[in-house]
Amino acid sequence: MTPAPSRPEPILEVRDIGKAYGAVRALQGVSASVGAGEVLCVLGDNGAGKSTFIKILAGAHPHSEGTLLAFGAERRFMHPREALDLGIATVYQDLAVVGLMPVWRNFFLGAELTRGRGPLRRLDAARMRATTKHELARMGIDLRDVDQPIGTLSGGERQSVAIARAVYFGAKVVILDEPTSALGVKQAGVVLSYIARARDRGLGVVFITHNPHHAYPVGDRFLLLQRGRSLGDFAKSEITIDEMTALMAGGAELEALAHELERR
Amino acid sequence: MTVVVEAEFTDRLKRSHPLLTLLRRPEVGALVAAVAIFLFFSFFTQAFLTPAGVSTWLYSASLFGIMAVAVALLMIGGEFDLSAGAMTGTTGLIVGVVTTQWGLNLALALVLALAVALAIGAANAFVVMKTGLPSFIVTLATFFILQGCNLAVTKLVTGSVAIQGMNAVPGFQQAKVFFGSSFPVLGLEVKVSIVWWIALTALATWVLLRTRPGNWVFAVGGEVTSARQVGVPVFRVKLGLFMTTAGAGWLVGMLQLFDVSTVQATTGVGQEFIYIICAVVGGCLLTGGYGSAIGAALGALIYGMALQGIVFAQWDNNWLKAFLGGMLLLAVLVNLLVRRQAGMRS
Repeated sequence: MTPAPSRPEPILEVRDIGKAYGAVRALQGVSASVGAGEVLCVLGDNGAGKSTFIKILAGAHPHSEGTLLAFGAERRFMHPREALDLGIATVYQDLAVVGLMPVWRNFFLGAELTRGRGPLRRLDAARMRATTKHELARMGIDLRDVDQPIGTLSGGERQSVAIARAVYFGAKVVILDEPTSALGVKQAGVVLSYIARARDRGLGVVFITHNPHHAYPVGDRFLLLQRGRSLGDFAKSEITIDEMTALMAGGAELEALAHELERR
Repeated sequence: MTVVVEAEFTDRLKRSHPLLTLLRRPEVGALVAAVAIFLFFSFFTQAFLTPAGVSTWLYSASLFGIMAVAVALLMIGGEFDLSAGAMTGTTGLIVGVVTTQWGLNLALALVLALAVALAIGAANAFVVMKTGLPSFIVTLATFFILQGCNLAVTKLVTGSVAIQGMNAVPGFQQAKVFFGSSFPVLGLEVKVSIVWWIALTALATWVLLRTRPGNWVFAVGGEVTSARQVGVPVFRVKLGLFMTTAGAGWLVGMLQLFDVSTVQATTGVGQEFIYIICAVVGGCLLTGGYGSAIGAALGALIYGMALQGIVFAQWDNNWLKAFLGGMLLLAVLVNLLVRRQAGMRS
């Protein structure tokens, strides 16, 4: 299971990457990579630099130091479109869906399939419905009815539709921004299983979370961030979930806290 | 085993589908109400079902209906246009003034009025989109500007508050074929505005449900940031909607002008809310992102039937307003239910 000796070629890689907003260094010296069929988990507490990291990968903000390699070539994204065109899709927490619209209309929103020409150019609703159903089924999502408003789905299902949409529209790497943080235990499990499916279909997944219990079961590699710096990039074989938790919470600090709490 | 499950799955799908689809449509409530009102006035008044009676309420519904359909599209797109009523006056007055007073060619006058209407619609869209101000306020301002100009300019040019003598303008009879004629169908005198109304409702429904721009209208009204994120051209969609509403205002202005061959400077004032009410009764949410063109047309039909039905029943005309308020309240309550069920789970 652990691909430690023969890692796949990285499709997205950062080396000593950093970002400064004026005098504030939000991120520095971070190195990590993700290959096809791999899940890279990015862990960190609030303010650790996770969102800056995503913004660099997604093309929302260009990095100010280090190098970013996509498919082996050095890049500096100035616009999200550039990342998207290379197949790097980001699913943000708000998911970019319209609650009152049916699932299939959401799935194709902005990239609708049409038939006919000129003024008679019209939506190919049948093909969009069928494709949506098919793509969701491939992700293991069993929706009874793609005509129901997407707002009626649960949070986990909506998240999964957003992932399936990114995959269908040619994503090679999907960046998931805290997809499980707003969800209950069961729903989070649902999303994790879709992450595993996306990985099994050969996608690179960058999974941002602050919860080691969500990251550990699906992750192949773990990048731990703290106050804008990397605490290390570990393969699954190199770290246990307890070590990870301890590292994230700042090791010694947590131990002291545990003692203090026990005494009461 | 899998085959059985598969079969069961598709079976379940097929069974629940038709009824669900029907009940999910926004216009179901308006359809039920329209049938009820039709039956009510058919039984309780003599004139309602006579050919002359039917022509009367259909004509009245058609003028409101054309505007209500356009306003419904705009509302689904998340905006209001309070200047839509005054626009029907403005366009009629432009044609009236430039032809009767300044002797301009009628065809040119029609084009000029349309161009002015579209420009005002575009201006509404521009101010709303560039400032981020609510369209309710922006178009309220436009409404007052138009209302004031309609009266002031008409008085300035003609010395009165109405335009007379349109039927003496060369070409009036030819243009009347498109805007003010009527023809018999099964003993009914059907005015051409009814044809416009039905055609535009059908067109609007097709655009909304079966074209990309229609899909975008729902998206920009439902969740504008999401729409922008997936690449929907938000500005263009809203610009198109405001201009469509203004264009509909022009059409209704012409339909009224050529029907009676005069136009009052106060034409259309106070009707903007009736269009919105028709759209809401037809299932449009005030918050945008949901609604239907057929629903708005049905809302206008309800209004037209009630307007004329109350006259036929020889009741006090003021009951109409009370009725309208009641319908609106009922409609927003139903809409609230829709929204709670459909969109707002998170």
